[in-house]
Amino acid sequence: MTTMTDPPQVEGFRIGQLINDTRYRSYTFQFIALVCLILGFSWLAYNASQNDQLQSNGFSYEFLYNPAGYDINQQPIPYTSQDTHLRATIIGAINTIIVAFLACVTATIFGVIAGVLRLSNNWIISKLMSVYVEMFRNIPVLIWIIIIFTVAANTFPPISEFRLPRDGSDPERGLLFGMFAATNQGVFVPRLVFADLGWIVAATFLASIAGVFGWKAHAKRKLYGEGKEVPVLGPSLAILLVPTIVVYFILGMPVSLENPEMGRFRFEGGFLLRPSLIALWFALSIYTGAFIAENVRAGILAISKGQSEAAAALGLRPGRIMSLVVLPQALRVIIPPLISQYLNITKNTSLAIAVGYMDLTGTLGGITLNQTGRALECILLLMLFYLTFSLAISAIMNVYNNSVKLKER
Amino acid sequence: MSDTHAQSVAFVRKTEIPASPPPMAETGALKWVRENLFSGPFNTIMTLLGLLVIFYLLSGLIPWIVNGTWEGSNIQECRAILQGNGGGCFAVIADRWPQLLFGFQYPDYLRWRPTLAFLLLFAAVPPALFVMYLPRWTLIATAVYPFVAYWLIWGGTVLSPVLTAASLLAGYLVFQKVERRGFVLGLAAGIATAFVALTISGFITSAASGVLALELVESRAMGGFMLNMILGTVCVSLSIPLGILLALGRQSKLPIVKGFCVVFIEFVRGVPLITLLFVANVVLAYFLPPNANFDLIIRVIIMITMFSAAYIAEVIRGGLAALPKGQYEAADSLGLDYPQAMRLIILPQALKISIPGIVNVAVGLFKDTTLVSIISMFDLVGMIRGPILSSTQWVGVYWELWAAACVLFFIVCYGISQYSQWLERQLRTDHR
Repeated sequence: MTTMTDPPQVEGFRIGQLINDTRYRSYTFQFIALVCLILGFSWLAYNASQNDQLQSNGFSYEFLYNPAGYDINQQPIPYTSQDTHLRATIIGAINTIIVAFLACVTATIFGVIAGVLRLSNNWIISKLMSVYVEMFRNIPVLIWIIIIFTVAANTFPPISEFRLPRDGSDPERGLLFGMFAATNQGVFVPRLVFADLGWIVAATFLASIAGVFGWKAHAKRKLYGEGKEVPVLGPSLAILLVPTIVVYFILGMPVSLENPEMGRFRFEGGFLLRPSLIALWFALSIYTGAFIAENVRAGILAISKGQSEAAAALGLRPGRIMSLVVLPQALRVIIPPLISQYLNITKNTSLAIAVGYMDLTGTLGGITLNQTGRALECILLLMLFYLTFSLAISAIMNVYNNSVKLKER
Repeated sequence: MSDTHAQSVAFVRKTEIPASPPPMAETGALKWVRENLFSGPFNTIMTLLGLLVIFYLLSGLIPWIVNGTWEGSNIQECRAILQGNGGGCFAVIADRWPQLLFGFQYPDYLRWRPTLAFLLLFAAVPPALFVMYLPRWTLIATAVYPFVAYWLIWGGTVLSPVLTAASLLAGYLVFQKVERRGFVLGLAAGIATAFVALTISGFITSAASGVLALELVESRAMGGFMLNMILGTVCVSLSIPLGILLALGRQSKLPIVKGFCVVFIEFVRGVPLITLLFVANVVLAYFLPPNANFDLIIRVIIMITMFSAAYIAEVIRGGLAALPKGQYEAADSLGLDYPQAMRLIILPQALKISIPGIVNVAVGLFKDTTLVSIISMFDLVGMIRGPILSSTQWVGVYWELWAAACVLFFIVCYGISQYSQWLERQLRTDHR
């Protein structure tokens, strides 16, 4: 039996198909879009080429190698005002990363505590946490940063109150635990001092941390593979502490705490956390903590009650229910918004400029920009830094997201 | 039977004993307190800690508010009235209230105009917010409001907002007429009409700049909480349509459009708002025509709108992605083309899902408008940090001023987020 097929239509391409035929229409639209895009960008470029200021300055990054000529009050790496703008920029970037890291850690702690407590049965505690969350979520972070800066710079006592009087009597104020002093110049905290072999102790400690994780993995393998329960807590603590302590004493205590001490006029030794750092750190962590608290609460609430009831029906103890059933599922909900909160913290560190903390925005986008007048170059570089940082974090987030998400058709 | 049995037993109770009241510890407030606050050692400790915190907060706050004074025209008078009783010097708020609201450059005798615009906001916004409870024609108020508010706040001839509105209306009417012959064609015709009409009305306005003119106020004079409100409302309302377009672009199958949208969204989301404001402040002028005179507030509006559009686009993309694939396929199988499918099937559902997210972005954006104080615009924060705290009368009165700022922002942001939660409950169509 033969089937009748339509004869193949030999038909030329007509112009009308560009609009009416769905196969070709997308090319038309894309062509139009491309033309619009090119026109738009060339309009911008044309305007820039007509701009007197830009023309006389040119576009170059050579200014980065000129002496900066300004001082930076928090120097993670050595710096003097004779160093280049590039070095000032790098210091700014390090300062950004320092405060972002600190704020991420404390914000997570605040957020998890507040999020869990908000679900507590204790009426007073859960209401207090609601007040905390609503207050901080609904007031701009800039205001919080400035308020905390004001507190740190105005309500803490001046250094003179810590000064030893000449008659040998006790000073007006002593150090808290002999270690901390909150003054209006900043908070003095002890500093870790590494002697020659100190790094060995630090390395041992890091290796012990890795060892603890190794032991945990080993215990899990034993449990799932052979059904043997291996103790975790005791050996972990031993692995964590014993080698470090042994090495510490064998090498003759090469790591020590240097407490701040009142000298003649000012504190000597120790480490100074300036009010700007404290304001930024504390404000960002307590503000973002409120958001993280909501994420944590949502994550825990998202796990239906049936899950924990089913686990209880299987005979799991409450601790096991939490760690084996509820948390793994809740984390899937909590972690993606948590990471975007970390991104927010990183971006919000740029508000440092409001309190004079010398982060990247303060050095490159602030003083360097004003001194050299190279606005375009400075801001491009500034954006590039934040962009790289954010894209790197969101790339990691996407990898994680893809690994834990529920697979659908 | 029962009779005989009744004889054999010594006592049978014929009536029911009235229910005795439950033990004291098992009822009412006492039980509630015991179960909710003191159910275990840990809980008891937490309760006591909580009470301690509340006590500390209130013991600081109550004297400050109760003993505070609202009188006095500078810090010295304030201190003389207070005599160190721990009260707050709220006189600064009474004294500088107009400045906190309108900035220090907006002419005193014209302050009724932004006030009126603000009051009209309460007539213009409800139709959009409670669209399912109010008749649809009330939306006209919402549509007209931007033009009225512009006229009231900036002043100038009434022709300019009226003709602008008329041009946009003409564009919309043309779009509706031509749309039957194709969505794209209609869109192009509508935009062209609006553009031509805008150009013509530009000529008319500049020729007849005195018709029913209110006194012109320069953009530079905008300040205080008014500036935050202007930036917030304008940027949110402009960025929602832009965000929808970006989200659709990011979902589209056309690689060039998609690529542009992805790059734009990821770029804007990757940089802090403050760098974009720097761009508005110092860089954007390079890329605009040399003779064009865009003032700072417009440049800032452009940048903030771009910023929030990128975030809203991501929220809407989430809504688009959350729709089951069947919805897209159903639209295709009905023979709808892309614009029809989007307008009739996809976007209504996707937008409904994304409303809470959009409101979150809006609240965040409103809070972020305080950042303009860093590029030396005098919004609420800028006013407090600049002219008020550095004036000789009020130097050092920071608690009261920041408290006022906190209260103003809290009222607006908390109100918006409560609205969003209410709306979420209204729109919930599942049966959980």
